[in-house]
Amino acid sequence: MDKFTTLTGVAAPMPLVNIDTDMIIPKQFLKTIQRSGLGKNLFDEMRYTQDGQEIPEFVLNQPAYRKAEIIVAGDNFGCGSSREHAPWALLDFGIRCVISTSFADIFFNNCFKNGILPVVLPQEAIDVLMDDARKGANARITVDLESQTVTASDGTSFHFEVDAFKKHCLMNGLDDIGLTMEKASAIDSFEKKNATLRPWA
Amino acid sequence: MTAPRTLYDKIWDDHVVHQAEDGTCLLYIDRHLVHEVTSPQAFEGLRMTGRKVRAPEKTIAVPDHNVPTTLDRANAATMTEDSRIQVAALDKNAKDFGINYYPVSDIRQGIVHIVGPEQGWTLPGMTVVCGDSHTATHGAFGSLAHGIGTSEVEHVLATQTLIQRKGKNMKVEITGSLRPGVTAKDITLSVIGATGTAGGTGYVIEYCGQAIRELSMEGRMTVCNMAIEGGARAGLIAPDEKTFAYVMGRPHAPKGAKWEAALAYWKTLFTDEGAHFDKVVTIKGEDIAPVVTWGTSPEDVLPITGTVPAPDSFSGGKVDAARRSLDYMGLTAGQKLTDIAIDTVFIGSCTNGRIEDLRAAAAILKGRKIAVKRAMVVPGSGLVRAQAEEEGLAQIFIDAGFEWRLAGCSMCLAMNPDQLAPGERCAATSNRNFEGRQGRGGRTHLMSPAMAAAAAITGHLTDVRELMGETV
Repeated sequence: MDKFTTLTGVAAPMPLVNIDTDMIIPKQFLKTIQRSGLGKNLFDEMRYTQDGQEIPEFVLNQPAYRKAEIIVAGDNFGCGSSREHAPWALLDFGIRCVISTSFADIFFNNCFKNGILPVVLPQEAIDVLMDDARKGANARITVDLESQTVTASDGTSFHFEVDAFKKHCLMNGLDDIGLTMEKASAIDSFEKKNATLRPWA
Repeated sequence: MTAPRTLYDKIWDDHVVHQAEDGTCLLYIDRHLVHEVTSPQAFEGLRMTGRKVRAPEKTIAVPDHNVPTTLDRANAATMTEDSRIQVAALDKNAKDFGINYYPVSDIRQGIVHIVGPEQGWTLPGMTVVCGDSHTATHGAFGSLAHGIGTSEVEHVLATQTLIQRKGKNMKVEITGSLRPGVTAKDITLSVIGATGTAGGTGYVIEYCGQAIRELSMEGRMTVCNMAIEGGARAGLIAPDEKTFAYVMGRPHAPKGAKWEAALAYWKTLFTDEGAHFDKVVTIKGEDIAPVVTWGTSPEDVLPITGTVPAPDSFSGGKVDAARRSLDYMGLTAGQKLTDIAIDTVFIGSCTNGRIEDLRAAAAILKGRKIAVKRAMVVPGSGLVRAQAEEEGLAQIFIDAGFEWRLAGCSMCLAMNPDQLAPGERCAATSNRNFEGRQGRGGRTHLMSPAMAAAAAITGHLTDVRELMGETV
């Protein structure tokens, strides 16, 4: 997993609320057995016509946002299915940070496993950042995980909360399976105790 | 004397392997369910790092999302190449890693969330995970069950644990009894309608109250199944005599002395008097009507007696979202819901693909014919299908004009060939009405099996209570 420390980039505005994982990556692309290559189908049904032509109005098809690294989104981004293909598709497109007032739980967790930082900020901050996002390359946004701040183009800075353990893993690009395996003896003793307390399990 | 605890608190406490200073916990997982779509990358990850499955005996795999449900599915040509590769990968991974497996050819194959309880893998007080958001279903047994992503699937395969922070407690109480024609699906949709799709974010919901206690296990699974549509990772219901009766004698349920020990433990699984809930929602059972969804979010719920709402009646970002929904759904504000014509009816899914669901639909369909272009029943498992055939339900569906399919997820998410065409309008017993969910441009209205059957007969959204006089 790639580290996430700081990022300054163009943000794509997606003010729609409840952007779900079926929108982010429709099911026909879940048949892959790989993690990579999904970027071209990110937001597929919003991005392309049925015969595969780009829909020019869609934000990521506009010249200013074709290389966006950040999305500023409406409430409850990533609701729906647990498909990790959603963050895989975002990452493969080049998105490293999504900023919203709220995220669905499973999507939120899945982001951290893939080097994507989901940032929760209050509506007032989202309004400012959404305005910046609408200005494309003329108003880049800076996200700093170390100091837990998002800075708008006019220098206004917003502090965000992030789980300390998740922050640590993201900043160092750590594989948490490896970390858990270091606790193998604790798992062994839990299983031993469990075999007595709940032998049916 | 410990402080009073909720059911969620108790299950959580009994599964903590390790707690870090910052509160991050390593939680032990009792059952890991696996399907073909969200697991290949996880198994590949194990291979690349030379890791094994830590507890293959607690890992259960079944293909369901991709598999065709037509009677000729044994013929490989019924699957697309990529689907075939994905199912073949699960076949191989199950064999290579030595996990429990129900292949497509096995009569016990079906939707993973129907197979788990049916085979007795799901038991009260367990932690259950699966790379699928509808894992919440298993909470009906008083287990802590939730969906995980593929990286977490790999984590559980390798370590039988998950890194978790504890969620908050939310109580959803449904008081009193349901009125005739109102079902578990109407409860769960009405709760989402009341709280919104983000209302449960960060919470684990405990459903309680008389109306919940009066539900069968099948109904309780329907309620918990859609906890995720309300934003909650998990929903659960305290186990009781109905739960124990359902579990007893299942192939993987404990037997003999282990059963007795398990039962004694399961009887401690309830929320203590005075335990703290961070959020409480109370709905009167008698106020719940048969409902349908009108939009493209599961929170877009209305009683069938209602009319399509005007986008301006909402506030904030929902105004634009509702406008977009009506445009996508081809509906006009003020239109009566019962005037909406239906092309297709889909009965099935992990929400409503169990025997009781098929009975409820068949009770409405008996002696009647469909008035829609196509209608299909996709039983949740091969065993549900066999039982429905034995009870004569299959014949009722076939006589009415329904296709009688083999088990799988089918048109709930339309990964297999069962899909809606653009503009095709479907009365569905599944769980999501998102844009494109059942096929690009497809229009989904969510409802109970009885309501879907009623729509099949009349060709438009229908209040099932109007048809019940003659059948119940």
